[in-house]
Amino acid sequence: MSDIVTVDVRGLSCPQPALQTKQTIKKLDSGIVEVLVDTKTSRDNVSRLAGKAGWDVTVEEPPEGGFKLTLKK
Amino acid sequence: MSSPRQFFTSRWGPIVTGVFIGVIAPILVKLGNPGNMGICVVCFNRDIAGALGLHRAAVVQYIRPEIIGFVLGSLIAALIYREFKPRTGSAPAARFFLGMFAVIGALVFLGCPWRAYLRLSGGDWNAIPGILGLLAGIGIGIVFLRMGFSLSRNRNAPKALGWVLPIFMVVLLLLLVFKVQFGRDASGNPTGPIFFSEKGPGSMHAPILISLVVAIVIGFLAQRSRFCTVGAIRDLILLRDAHLFVGVLALILAAFVTNLVLGQFHSGFANQPVSHTNWLWNFMGMALAGLAFTLAGGCPGRQLFLSGEGDGDSAMFVLGMIVGAGFSHNFNAASSPKGPAVFGPAMVIVGLIVCVVIGLTMREPVEG
Repeated sequence: MSDIVTVDVRGLSCPQPALQTKQTIKKLDSGIVEVLVDTKTSRDNVSRLAGKAGWDVTVEEPPEGGFKLTLKK
Repeated sequence: MSSPRQFFTSRWGPIVTGVFIGVIAPILVKLGNPGNMGICVVCFNRDIAGALGLHRAAVVQYIRPEIIGFVLGSLIAALIYREFKPRTGSAPAARFFLGMFAVIGALVFLGCPWRAYLRLSGGDWNAIPGILGLLAGIGIGIVFLRMGFSLSRNRNAPKALGWVLPIFMVVLLLLLVFKVQFGRDASGNPTGPIFFSEKGPGSMHAPILISLVVAIVIGFLAQRSRFCTVGAIRDLILLRDAHLFVGVLALILAAFVTNLVLGQFHSGFANQPVSHTNWLWNFMGMALAGLAFTLAGGCPGRQLFLSGEGDGDSAMFVLGMIVGAGFSHNFNAASSPKGPAVFGPAMVIVGLIVCVVIGLTMREPVEG
C-alpha cells in the first residue's frame, strides 16, 4: 500500500484532469496519489473532487511549473 | 472563509457570475439587443461573420461588442491573476470543425446554451426541447469521455500566440468603431464589408460602449469563476459536482426575475422573438451543439474566456464558430422564425456523424 500512484494530467482539457483523478481514486480505498496538473483551474477542480471524496489534499508548486497535488487517505 | 483573491474560485464565483449575466442580459435587451438575446455567443459570432461578409444574410450582420468584451475581460483577469498561459497543440484542426458544427447545430435551434437558458427565462417554451437536446448531446459526449476520448495534450506556446485572438478582437472593435467600407459597387460607391444590418436582429443592439463594458466585466468574472454553461451539466452528471451548475441556475433565476421586472416575460410557444416551434429540430440542433461543445471541453462562452487566457486551441474553436456561421447561412442551414431551413436537418445529421467519428477515434497517443 506504500506505492504512490501518479496521475499526470498536464495539458489535458476539462473535464479530463478531474475525470482521470476520479477514475484513479475510485479504484483505491486508501493510499497516496500524486496528481500533476498545469493550470489553476485543474488544481482547483481536482482538489475539490478529491476533498469531497474524503482525501486530504496538499498542493506543491514544483520549480518546473504547474502544481503537484498529493492526495492521501 | 476565502480571501478576496480566492472568492471567485470559491463556490460563490459561478453564482455571482450567473446572477450578473442573468441581470445584465435582459437589460441589454431593454437597451436594444434582440428579444431573449441579451447575450447569445453563437448568434453574436454569426452576426460578426455577417458583418465581415462571410455570409450575406442581410438581417444578421453586426460586429457584436459583447464577443470582443468577453475575450478582453478574460485577458485582463488572466494577466492580473497570472493565468495568461499561451498554449496549443491539442488537436486544433478537430477543434476548428467542432466549432463549426457546434454553431451549425445551434443555429438550427437559434441560440447557444446561453440563449437557450435566457429564452427559457423569458418564457419561450421552445427552449425546452432545445435544452433537452443539449442534455442529450452532453450525455453522448460523456459516454465518449468515459471511453477515453481525448483531443490530447496541449503544450506551452510562444507568448505571442496567446495574443492572437485578443488582437483579432481589438481589430474587430476598430472595424466596429470606424465602420470601414471595403467593398465597391458597380458605380464605385463604397459598400460593405463591413456590413451592418439595417433591419432584423442584426440592426438591434444596445449602445456599443455599454455592451463592451458589461461584457468586459462578464469576461473578467467568468475567467475567475470558470463559468461554463455546458461544463455545468457535464460535471453534474460525470463528476456529481454542482459547482458550475448552481451558476447556471443562478443565471436562469436572475434572468427570469429581471425579465419580470422589465415586463419582458411572455410565456408561450408561438411568436417568440427569433425562435421557431419545430420541436424535433430544436432538439436535434442542440443535441449536435451539446455534443460538439462537450468534445471541445466547454460552451462557446468558455471557449472565448479560454482564448483570453492564451489558449490557442480554444481560439481555433472560436474561429471555427465564425466560419461555421458563414457556412450555416450560405448553405441554407440556419433556421428562421418560420422554421428549419432546407438543408438544416441534413447539416445536423452530417455534424452528428462527424462528432461521433471524432468521439470514437480520438484518443491520447501512447508515448514512445
